[in-house]
Amino acid sequence: MNGGPFTAFLEAGVRTATPLAYAALGELVVERAGVINIGLEGAIIGGAFGALVFAGAGGVSLGFAGAALAGILVAALFALFVVTLRTDQIITGTAMSMLGLGLTGTLYRTMYGSAGASLHTPTIAPAPVPGLSAIPVIGPALFDQPVVTYALYALVPALAWWFYRSVAGLALRAVGEHPEAARAAGISPDRVQWAALLFGGAMGGIGGGTLVLAQVGTFAEGMSAGRGFIAIAIVVLGRWTPFGVAGAALLFGAASALQTLAQTTGWAMPYQLPLAFPYVLTLVLLASARARTAAPAALGQRSA
Amino acid sequence: MTDAAFALSLRGVTKQFGSTVALDGAQFDVRAGTLHALLGENGAGKTTLMRLAFGMLRPDAGTIEAGGTARHWRSSADAIAAGIGMVHQHFLLVPAMTVAENVSLGDRGLFRGFDPRVAADRVRRIGAETGLVLDPAARVADLPVGAQQRLEIIKALARDAKILILDEPTAVLSAAESQELYSWLRSFVTRGCTAVLITHKVREALAIADDVTVLRRGRAVLSGRPRELAESAVIAAMIGSAATDEVQLPAAGSTAGVSVISLQHVSMTDGRGVHRLRDVSMEVCAGEIVGIAGVEGSGQHELLRVLAGRLAPDGGGVRLPARIGFVPEDRLRDALIPTMTLVENLALKEAGSARGSVRWTSYEARALGTIRKHDVHTSGVCSLASALSGGNQQKFVLGRELEGSPDALVVENPTRGLDIRATSRVLAELRSARASGVAVAMYSSDLDEVLSIADRMIVCFDGRATDTPVEADAVARALLGLS
Amino acid sequence: MTFLVRLARSQAGASVAATLLALAAVTLVVIAGGYDIGHAATALWNGSVGSPYSFFTGTLLRATPLIIVGLAVAVAFQAGVLNIGAEGQLLAGAATAVAAGLSMAAWPGWISVPVELVAGMAAGAAWAGIAAVLKRRFGVLEVISTLMLNFIALFGVSYLVRGPLQEPTHIYPQTASLAASARLPVIIPGQRLHLGFVAAVVLAIVAWWFIRSTAGGFRIRVVGAGAAAAASAGRVNVDRVVFGAFLASGALAGLGGAVQVTGVTYALFEGISPGYGYTAIAVALLARLNPLAVIVAGIFFGGLEAGGAGMQRDAGVPSGFVSVIEALVVLGVLAVDRARILAGERGQPTTGEQAA
Repeated sequence: MNGGPFTAFLEAGVRTATPLAYAALGELVVERAGVINIGLEGAIIGGAFGALVFAGAGGVSLGFAGAALAGILVAALFALFVVTLRTDQIITGTAMSMLGLGLTGTLYRTMYGSAGASLHTPTIAPAPVPGLSAIPVIGPALFDQPVVTYALYALVPALAWWFYRSVAGLALRAVGEHPEAARAAGISPDRVQWAALLFGGAMGGIGGGTLVLAQVGTFAEGMSAGRGFIAIAIVVLGRWTPFGVAGAALLFGAASALQTLAQTTGWAMPYQLPLAFPYVLTLVLLASARARTAAPAALGQRSA
Repeated sequence: MTDAAFALSLRGVTKQFGSTVALDGAQFDVRAGTLHALLGENGAGKTTLMRLAFGMLRPDAGTIEAGGTARHWRSSADAIAAGIGMVHQHFLLVPAMTVAENVSLGDRGLFRGFDPRVAADRVRRIGAETGLVLDPAARVADLPVGAQQRLEIIKALARDAKILILDEPTAVLSAAESQELYSWLRSFVTRGCTAVLITHKVREALAIADDVTVLRRGRAVLSGRPRELAESAVIAAMIGSAATDEVQLPAAGSTAGVSVISLQHVSMTDGRGVHRLRDVSMEVCAGEIVGIAGVEGSGQHELLRVLAGRLAPDGGGVRLPARIGFVPEDRLRDALIPTMTLVENLALKEAGSARGSVRWTSYEARALGTIRKHDVHTSGVCSLASALSGGNQQKFVLGRELEGSPDALVVENPTRGLDIRATSRVLAELRSARASGVAVAMYSSDLDEVLSIADRMIVCFDGRATDTPVEADAVARALLGLS
Repeated sequence: MTFLVRLARSQAGASVAATLLALAAVTLVVIAGGYDIGHAATALWNGSVGSPYSFFTGTLLRATPLIIVGLAVAVAFQAGVLNIGAEGQLLAGAATAVAAGLSMAAWPGWISVPVELVAGMAAGAAWAGIAAVLKRRFGVLEVISTLMLNFIALFGVSYLVRGPLQEPTHIYPQTASLAASARLPVIIPGQRLHLGFVAAVVLAIVAWWFIRSTAGGFRIRVVGAGAAAAASAGRVNVDRVVFGAFLASGALAGLGGAVQVTGVTYALFEGISPGYGYTAIAVALLARLNPLAVIVAGIFFGGLEAGGAGMQRDAGVPSGFVSVIEALVVLGVLAVDRARILAGERGQPTTGEQAA
């Protein structure tokens, strides 16, 4: 990798944004179905742990499958409570985060001993795209990344197409906007929310798997580090659209990469400032009328 | 009689919500190729009956047949697939979506594409065939109500509905729009399709429908062809025979006292800019019961809340006494907190004004006094409000609002969902309140009930309140805006 | 099982039943993990209540912030405010209390300590106030706004301990320690348990009295239990009550942070709260939002965390299992509650068409 600190900053921004984008795109689908999954953190850490277990047994591909599976398991428990039993989304979600963090920590130490730290998984190396990665400045950032990042380039437009150009996407949005209208059209809001939550869990799991398999190369307790909550902010900042969410994920990624840039360039600025900036921006945006109209109308409500 | 002649047929249908019987063995047959009007007052069970037919609810007993086959709908998707469409009174449209998107809602398939151009063509084609024209790309939130209703019909037609159920479709339409809708419905049935029109507008129904069925208290009480039925007979069936059997004399002995509540030229507009009250002037005096009638959306909901001091009007003068009791229609939402005890629910009355510490022992004594005085059946004052039956909940609310001798009492549908005994008890309470000098304003969607108790009648129509004689015919005419 | 069902019929019983279920589940996990359950249980006992030291300096010391912040959550939830920002409000309170204490090193303790605590409360209330204003003025969901504010508070603390409030040598990312006079006094010689625990218990009793016996407390409860009925039948100004409860909740959470820095850490650093604001949600829920029960639930969770540390030390059982218990307790309470409501719906009449 060459090209100076700015290129390195962009590259780090995209790398940091990748797991966030997975989790946030999953949360986007969930929120579009009218559910806030505060327990996404549990799916991410579950995915990270699943990646560790499965990658150790069968390599990177199986690791990602395991990550998705673990995320789905966590999400299924959440869906059972929130959709089927109709418990409070927020309290249930908080419990799911605690459960995911605690259970993975416990299992990790039980299965791999208290030392654990030296454990390494196979990782997925960056695969530069011939030609494109040679583009000055942005080439290395966008096209010298692992395949999981490239998958997002396809996933974001695919999701956008699916939201607005498929009948199932219509059904999903209708459930988040007006569950009764959806029901009258023959759509089962419960089934749609279950499906959305399982998808969101898989995406959160893959996000966690990306942390292990594409970045760190090992598992650490609590390594999700609040990314589940960040993903919720990203969805708000992205105004509930796939491209918006992708952009917001990049902004959050860039904000955390900026501290490295500031250090290398000797820029005297508290590094917490760029880190906090996206959250402040999200808050300000929430107060604007436009953001509120962008939010699914039935978000967070318990259907009777 | 061959069932094939009936496009839709519900036999002996019963449906209960909790302790409330919404349908009680109702019978409803719709001949294929006809326009059938389903008449009834608010709460008669019309909407419930049609929701059963459309698969949104399941009957507790009875059978549903469509096209001559017995049906067991699991959801409205089944009914839609069988060619039934329903236009709900409160439109079930997604406001944030376009016309074309709403029409395509309910199509099946996880990855089946939704092509806005194809969907738009579908909307335009239906428009060309039926005259129901809409801009496919318009957002529903931006459409006027008349257009939203057209969209509901287009939605049903896009699913090849051969049987169309419309719930109070003209409630939101102007006279010209209503005429347009009716003539469209005529042409719809001329093509061999079938339509059911839920309405309370007797005159319109008799003028346009091929058949008429009247529902009252969950039962079909009258059925026939319009030319065989007299308008007065239909109205009598809707609001109950008592009204025509005997003329209710205003309680001769009651002497109305001084004016307690007074409204002068009150007007009110809701959040969407719709006029709810227009230049309403009225009084409620001590020792009288003023009956209020009005079909849904005529302004009585707002009027009652202005009278009870729960809602401030936009304009006009309001004079209210210090203490007003209010018994709202939805008691579990607006009058009681189901998860709290009766003592707490009694204290709720003073929650907004209380200061300092709460004297629970005093509230306990008052709650005990209330349940004794008003015959509330409960295991004790510490039982939860949700543990009481509907009738006892209502007696408790009424008792609470009458406690401490208020100057005025405003009640809204006080007997809805109650059995006969609880109903007569509640009405007796209102009479005794009148006797003790309370100024009572009472709304009920059951005309018999209001007429049996009111000293004066005020009928709401289109946001205006009109003094009307305490007679069924006069009130019925005023309800329809005739008078 | 019938025993559990009978138990679950009462409010307190539901919590006990959920806890028993959670503990049973965790026992299975411990056994399945191949640990010696007897050994683990002994370690749990020794770490939490086995000795005066483990009880006072282990259990009760850990329970103190959980009780205070648990009260913060209980007050908010009672009013129907889903304040999940207690963590951020706690941090705001801790930072402000330390800043106040450091600037008052020369003052006598009877002045500086109260000032620190009040400053912490004010900061917590102000931090919650941002979300409260956003909710009241713009209808912003407090869940999302308080979540954002938690992160901003965390970055704020991170900045303060590396910037304006960093200790004089500028080596460690933390503040200088509070002067001995500016600390909460220890109440048992030889133990670390401080006056904050007594304050927490007194506060819980006051909160219990307030909620139960005052008009203001009653308004909070009716607004949370039925806002429409509170406005219509009780003529309660719902917006104002919600706003007030939000601020009070923030003040309590801020106090929790102030007590923690003046009683335990004596300085501000990034990891000052290992998620008290989130654990407090479990505490409040287990206590059924009853302030007196918050004392019990707080001590229970404090004991679990102290005992969990002991278990990891002595029996090798990972301490992460404490979070698992907490989560399962919450899920258990939710499930038991839901089952009760469903059973009630079957047995009780509901109102007409609205129920459909």
